[in-house]
Amino acid sequence: MRTFAQLLFSGLALGAIYALIALGFTVIYRASRVINFAQGQLLALGAFTTSWLVSSGKLPFWAAFVIGALGTAAVALVFQSGVLRFALGRPDFTIVMLTLGLATVLNSAIPTAFGDFPRTNGDPWGASAAHIYGVALPWVKIWTIVAALVVLVGFFAFNRYSKYGLAMRGAALDPEAALAVGIPLRRVYATAWVLAGVVACVGGVFLAGYPNTLDPTVSNVAFLAFPAIILGGIDSTTGAVLGGFVIGVVEELTAGYQPQYASWLGHNFYLVAPYVVMIAVLLVRPYGLFGTRPAERL
Amino acid sequence: MSRRQRRALAVTVLVIAAVALPFGVNAYWRATFVFILIAALGALGLDVLTGRTGQISLGHAFFLGAGAYAGGYLGGNLHLNAVVWIPAAGVAAGILGALVGPTALRLRGLYLAIVTIGLVFIGQHIFVNVTAISGGPGGRALPAPSFGPVNFATGYSIGGLTISHDELYYLLALLLLALGMLYVRNLERSHLGRAMAAVRERELAAAVLGVHVARTKVTAFVISSAMAGVAGAMYASYLGFVVPTQWDLLLSIEYVVMIVVGGMASLWGPLLGAVFVIGFPALLQDVSGSLPFLSNGLGGGVISVSDASAVIYGGLLIVFLLIEPRGVVGLVTRLRTLATRRRAAAP
Repeated sequence: MRTFAQLLFSGLALGAIYALIALGFTVIYRASRVINFAQGQLLALGAFTTSWLVSSGKLPFWAAFVIGALGTAAVALVFQSGVLRFALGRPDFTIVMLTLGLATVLNSAIPTAFGDFPRTNGDPWGASAAHIYGVALPWVKIWTIVAALVVLVGFFAFNRYSKYGLAMRGAALDPEAALAVGIPLRRVYATAWVLAGVVACVGGVFLAGYPNTLDPTVSNVAFLAFPAIILGGIDSTTGAVLGGFVIGVVEELTAGYQPQYASWLGHNFYLVAPYVVMIAVLLVRPYGLFGTRPAERL
Repeated sequence: MSRRQRRALAVTVLVIAAVALPFGVNAYWRATFVFILIAALGALGLDVLTGRTGQISLGHAFFLGAGAYAGGYLGGNLHLNAVVWIPAAGVAAGILGALVGPTALRLRGLYLAIVTIGLVFIGQHIFVNVTAISGGPGGRALPAPSFGPVNFATGYSIGGLTISHDELYYLLALLLLALGMLYVRNLERSHLGRAMAAVRERELAAAVLGVHVARTKVTAFVISSAMAGVAGAMYASYLGFVVPTQWDLLLSIEYVVMIVVGGMASLWGPLLGAVFVIGFPALLQDVSGSLPFLSNGLGGGVISVSDASAVIYGGLLIVFLLIEPRGVVGLVTRLRTLATRRRAAAP
């Protein structure tokens, strides 16, 4: 039981990060029908900037975190307004390839700028943990869940109650109709990229907390978040968040129990377990749990 | 000269140039050309599925890997002849394609793309764990093909002429690519090819017109993965040694970049894309010695060669797609239109 509680907690903390990454994907997808392949690199950029500001800039962690998030958002914004703006109306495939170009550039620029060696993320908690009934809860994981919840609630409030949230929902529903009623599409897209940059940074910083360290391969985690976005349905933010938590818990539970009870599935099966779950769900519900099924028209 | 004669002349010149190419360059470029041709064959297969049938797949690396291991097992463990194991690699990957294909009947667009990403991860997991075939995480060696007296490992002497290891691979890859392109060219004009185009444009309309959508999609998967299997076996055999981690998502993405940059659903697109994706970084690597700011892994410069080449490559990809979203083929079409118009305006 204690093991289970421990795994469940780790799963929720990991799920919080997946939920943030998935939210980043979904925000951009809803705005522009494009999967941003550079989301993982934005995440790495935010985490490295924060870490560097703490270790070399001697800034307090929270200040570094805010600057890191703003910096990541700025890079995302520059890419949107400097590149993607000129690709409006091009085939989706071309735009996806453009984000891939950004991913390639950042992938090499990050180790060049910050060094290739692993580093800490600069958080003040380190390995310290709270203990409840013998279950160790590392502070960094507690804060991961708190931060993710704050960001997620903030996003939903923004999406539901603010003018831009309404504009984003309108643009997601029908870009042309949105344009016709005077929604500034370019500003909506720019907002989406800024938001994606911020949530990427939050995810990256907490991902690099204890017991992990930060190195350039951190960007690969974005691929592990794909099952989360698909599980929930790619155009549903609620689904993305829920999918993130489900996938995180599935991954940790598999990592904890599979070597003991189903060792025939091979080493490190937990890394593919999210994909197995995803495929199983999709074969039953082809547009995810909360995704909308597009109407067919001749 | 009539138009027909001119065309025949152009084809002859092209064939001679293609065959003679590896004999005129150094070993570095000879190897690069082999990789380009093999990748072009794989990309040709992906284009059948993604470019021509409209089913976005990021799972190509899985089929390349499957072909490589099928070839390695049949050629290396069972010691079969290359006449058997190279096509058999294609057949094995094709069968896997037939098994995976039906998922495309249920899933559309990006959902399919992401499920095929899952295929890559699950595939890698299987490759690592089936040690009897893949050699586990440590990898396995693959045999060089040999056809009777022509042994690719040692090279082949005929008369006074010696054809080296690399040149033999180049010629075989060229032959396979030519066969593949001929097949795709015929496919394009066949009943199946038109059915594929109809499915790509609008599935429901295709079904209404009497196209068997399910069969068309699965066939596209089979053709695509069979070509990937042959390309994977050739690639692995040329490398001589493969590890499971190399059949990763980045490899799949590289192939998607090839068909997009080259120009989707075009005959020459995959080859042109392969030239860009593989030839361009190789070129940067080659000239890096004479460029400033670069370090050769020993420090001294601002940025390492491989990082600089990746940054330039990524930047170029962005710029290129902004200027010409239809890829190199689109660029060529545009230049040709310009030339025709110029000629028409001249007299």
